[in-house]
Amino acid sequence: MTPDAEKRSRRNLLTGFGLAAVLTIIPFAVVVSGLLPSPAAYAVIALSALIQVLVHLRYFFRLERMAAARESIAVLAFATVLILIMTGGSLWIMFDLHHRMMPPPMTDLP
Amino acid sequence: MSDASQLIDTEESETLAAREFGFWLFLMSDAIVFALLFATYAVLSQGHGGSQGPAGLFDLTRSGLETGLLLLSSLSFGLAVLALDMDRRWPTIFWLLATALLGLSFLVLEISDFRDLIARGLAPQENGFLSAVFVLIGAHGLHVAMGLLWIAILSAQLIIQGIDAPFRSRLLRLGYYWHFLDIVWIGIYSVVILPGFIT
Repeated sequence: MTPDAEKRSRRNLLTGFGLAAVLTIIPFAVVVSGLLPSPAAYAVIALSALIQVLVHLRYFFRLERMAAARESIAVLAFATVLILIMTGGSLWIMFDLHHRMMPPPMTDLP
Repeated sequence: MSDASQLIDTEESETLAAREFGFWLFLMSDAIVFALLFATYAVLSQGHGGSQGPAGLFDLTRSGLETGLLLLSSLSFGLAVLALDMDRRWPTIFWLLATALLGLSFLVLEISDFRDLIARGLAPQENGFLSAVFVLIGAHGLHVAMGLLWIAILSAQLIIQGIDAPFRSRLLRLGYYWHFLDIVWIGIYSVVILPGFIT
């Protein structure tokens, strides 16, 4: 590896680490400060997590440098679809079931 | 270079590329396993019947410390790969050991978290919610322990045998594994730990 390529790799790694650190501090800060109302806090946590996963994939995994980059990204996309179907589906079914099993409110009883 | 040795080199690089891809397939399957553990947790998170729920389960300072240790270990692993790319053997070993030390500290903190919970009477068999917490975080912890074993083996190999093409490929695969565990941890603190502190 040339010194130039090394410099680029080092900068890439440090950029990734910096971004990941900021995206970790944001959700912790939101929770510690307690400034945001809870729906906004959940949104910030979810968004930071999602962006940070992308940062890790881009700067730490460096998918484009993989031996079978195209196939690897296809597998990643397929795994993402499976994860969305299986977790999304489980939550949908179980919370719908939970909702249907709730006893009716007391005021509705004769 | 003779034709024969050229052929061997080509053959070797193709074999290593196939191994990298195979390992990637394993990691994606493992990601699906973790996703289902997360779904299990989400379904069971209401299943504490009024006893200990997500609120007040973990200590925010310790969780933050664990998160920092794991993120730093991702950086030090990246530095190990960088040193290997430059054919610097001892710096590679140094950064691998730094990674192992950070990973070990993380694991020690996590185990003491679990011991604290059990000492407070919050064992996994108490309710469905706690079972899900222990299984999800425990599965991640087991992965970290396996990663530490793997780092130890590759460090020993680097000290004894030095750098060659198969070793570079092994370290690359270990790197995928290690960075993957950090991604799973992002999910754990975002889904399990931080929501417990939101009122």
